Amino acid sequence: MRAGSQERLQGVAGGGPQARPVRGGSRRRGALALLLLAAAALSGCGGQQSILRSDSHQTHVISVLWWWMLAAAGVVFAGAVVLLVLAYVRRGRAGLPFVGERESLAGAMVIVFGIAVPLIVLLVLFGASDIYAVRFSEAPPAGSTSMSVEVKGHQWWWEIHYPGTAAVSANEIHIPTGTRVRLYATTADVIHSLWVPSLARKIDMIPGRTNAILLEAPSPGSYLGQCSEFCGLQHSYMRFTVIAEPRASFEAWLADMERPAAAPASGEQREGQQLFMSKGCGGCHRLAGTSAEGTVGPDLTHLATRSTLAALTIPDTPSELAAWIENPQAIKPGNHMPDLGLSGAQAKKVAAFLGEMR
Amino acid sequence: MASTLSPPARAHVELLERVWEERKGVFGWVTTVDHKRIGLMYLFASMAFFAAGGVEALLIRTQLIGPQQHLLSPETYDEIFTMHGITMIFLVVIPMTTGAFGNYLVPLMIGARDMAFPRMNAVSFWIFLGSGVFLYVALATGQAPNAGWFDYVPLASKQFDPGTNIDFYGYGLIFNGIASTATAINIIVTIFKLRAPGMSLNRMPLFCYAFLAAAFSLVFALPALTLATIFLELDRQLGFHFYDAGFGGDPLLWQNLFWIFGHPEVYIIILPAFGIATSIIPTFVHRRMVMFPMVALAELLVAFLGFGVWAHHMFAVGLPTLVTVYFAATSLIIVIPSAIQLFAWITTILTGKPEFTTPLLWIIGFIVFFIIGGLSGVTVAAIPFDQQVNASYYIVAHFHFVIFGGAVFPILGGLYYWFPKVTGRMYHEGVGKLSFWLSFIGTLVTFFPMHIAGIEGMPRRIYTYTAASGWTTLNALESAGAYLLAAGLLLVIVNLAVSLFKGAPAGADPWGGDTLEWATSSPPPAYNYAVIPTVSSAYPMWDEEDRERDRRRLERGQGLLARGHETPGTTVQDALLDEVLAMPPSSPLPALVGAVVFAGFIALVLAHFLIAAGIGGLAAALLVAWHVPPRGEKPAAEGGAR
Repeated sequence: MRAGSQERLQGVAGGGPQARPVRGGSRRRGALALLLLAAAALSGCGGQQSILRSDSHQTHVISVLWWWMLAAAGVVFAGAVVLLVLAYVRRGRAGLPFVGERESLAGAMVIVFGIAVPLIVLLVLFGASDIYAVRFSEAPPAGSTSMSVEVKGHQWWWEIHYPGTAAVSANEIHIPTGTRVRLYATTADVIHSLWVPSLARKIDMIPGRTNAILLEAPSPGSYLGQCSEFCGLQHSYMRFTVIAEPRASFEAWLADMERPAAAPASGEQREGQQLFMSKGCGGCHRLAGTSAEGTVGPDLTHLATRSTLAALTIPDTPSELAAWIENPQAIKPGNHMPDLGLSGAQAKKVAAFLGEMR
Repeated sequence: MASTLSPPARAHVELLERVWEERKGVFGWVTTVDHKRIGLMYLFASMAFFAAGGVEALLIRTQLIGPQQHLLSPETYDEIFTMHGITMIFLVVIPMTTGAFGNYLVPLMIGARDMAFPRMNAVSFWIFLGSGVFLYVALATGQAPNAGWFDYVPLASKQFDPGTNIDFYGYGLIFNGIASTATAINIIVTIFKLRAPGMSLNRMPLFCYAFLAAAFSLVFALPALTLATIFLELDRQLGFHFYDAGFGGDPLLWQNLFWIFGHPEVYIIILPAFGIATSIIPTFVHRRMVMFPMVALAELLVAFLGFGVWAHHMFAVGLPTLVTVYFAATSLIIVIPSAIQLFAWITTILTGKPEFTTPLLWIIGFIVFFIIGGLSGVTVAAIPFDQQVNASYYIVAHFHFVIFGGAVFPILGGLYYWFPKVTGRMYHEGVGKLSFWLSFIGTLVTFFPMHIAGIEGMPRRIYTYTAASGWTTLNALESAGAYLLAAGLLLVIVNLAVSLFKGAPAGADPWGGDTLEWATSSPPPAYNYAVIPTVSSAYPMWDEEDRERDRRRLERGQGLLARGHETPGTTVQDALLDEVLAMPPSSPLPALVGAVVFAGFIALVLAHFLIAAGIGGLAAALLVAWHVPPRGEKPAAEGGAR
């Protein structure tokens, strides 16, 4: 992979909302020092892809669930360690502290800590997580969402459609803020898993099936996502962003996406267009309104509006685009775009042409 | 030991020595059917694979030490992490527990002279070794399995993985499964039929309960995997469509079949480790296990319930909520028998007088890590949380605490504990403790930060990540921990290897252990026990009178069973003497069968199906030859292998 591209990408993909404190959970941290340490370690990170960012109601519920589970687990763990330390301290003496060597009491201890206490704790957990909280991560009930978006996983990028419109995009899922969106997840090839940790649970994309989850972002921003089921060579670089924006700008964007491809303006761009058509790019890629009708690779009609290339592998700048066209395998080894045998100058012309695809 | 015997006892021992004499040298090892030698061969083979899997782990950790490293190409990385998983599960933990510990110790603990089917035991070893070599031939020729150890289709289908990589996986696991199934059946029959008279089920060591439970799980779980891999190869080789959604197949069929095997597999891995813990704890805390019957039942219950939880690996595939809730409930229920065992161990240690020797330290480490792995396991039974962290590093952390902390730690503790029995020499206690602490801290530093990485959104099986992800520090820490852990494990090997030659003589019973293996000399003779031991409780070595009675019986030559390779067969429940079984002598056939089966699988992976069928016929002919009684012996002498 070319050095430098990744570093430059950081500025592109890192444009999300500022890290906000986790709602709710942090107040409930237990008094235990160990727990505090663990909690501090977790909330201290709060990276772009943290499940504890709680950027939606759904993920907020899950992170509250997590903090409670962590607190309970901390108590259980600390209790067991205290018993082991006690065993070390009392290593010269048989029997339990205070009550002594009565076998029935030792047995009672196993029944209390091994059966009674776990039973109660597990019942509470079952009720809280698997009866109550689970409904927030279920597929949304029919009729409860006002719009939907279809995402199809490919090795190693994401194809995005908006039902009822001609809009097609890749690797950037635009949604209006404060709107319940039903996301349909399918795959074109192997199993992938769509995961935007700060906004929603993950959902696997399985051949022959259409899965659905609820996607909802109360605040505008861009939220990082990544494939979460091993899908082959470039599983690591199958990333995407969810871009939430106010409804008006979302609708303007959507209308833009329905427009056909822009015509080349400059001579260089025209040469680039000729190369694009003659080198067979249209066999895999689509430019709406032209003879390029391929659906194997990402739709390029509005490539220039996207901020990254190759599913957040490199930033979408003219020079990076030219480098990609010239030798895609050097940048993302194993990806399905073949080397077209273009010279550096030719690649630059194609990049100039595609650079106008707004 | 022989010098302390009285002349009549010595005469009896010398008779047994003659009857059970083994061939010397390499040929002796190749033809042996002695469960102890087979156990040792399992141990050495699985240690070699452990080293290979460990190197793979270090390669993975070095690749991930910082963002965008280029130690491994994406292709190689996929092969390495896949081989790491397959190696550790199929070529290390299972052969190490059921193969090495089970083979070596189960007959000793129940007072038998061998496994129920000694030649089948040998053939399982050679087939296991063949399957391991088969998988590493794949790695050496650059065609190692590369779709992860659970090998999801359609990524593993011919369309997306056209090489022979996945065929090595499919055939390799079928190959390996033959060995595991044979071993499991052998363990079950041995435990049920070969216990010394008097060792009724309620007097059987908890170790044997654990191995019995694991063996039953193996027998019932492996067919699902074998079926899944047969379907896979039918799809790949002959164009069937079991997993092909385009033709009415279903990729989820693979996932269901795989995890119907895969989750019981977790208990197959961990139950023997429980057994090792329940052997070491009473010895070093100098008291009986608290709640013995409940622990025995809990071990069996874990194995049983383990078959009802598989879909909790599939909470993100879009199953109906009701289905996920059912599997979440069963996954929570299985916590109870585990908690019973856990608190039985803790209470036993607390109420006894623990001696914190090296083996007990490994068990304490195991308890701590098993609690961490158990608790993280409970959190992923919370469906919405699992739908976040599934297939992330949180899961990698969880199962490494369970498998490495929960199974490998007791295995290492067991290696130290039974080292004096197997070699007749003591290991170095100081170095032993140092090796424990290095490994303990190494394990914690390697795997604990993975929880946080998963919560920070790091998916598993990525070959690299960007600096912007914020995962760099955690990964660097994990890699540092891995090197520390490797140092600890190396120290274990160095300690045991040096002690093999320089250790102080151990004597028959250096620990004051409670189970029968400590009654015989270290290392045990080929016939294990000069007289079949008397058993009247679950802690036979703590019954002084019984051991005294054995000494008197040896003088009288009572229960000697020296008319050939003989061992008593007893009734399943009460262990009443049923018959005297004649065990088969050493034979070159098992190794030969192993070699022929290996050749057959090589032919399969090269898609020479006719040649493979021919070799299969040869293997069948060898098995028939096996049942022809050796010249000069009556067919009745085959009793042991019936």
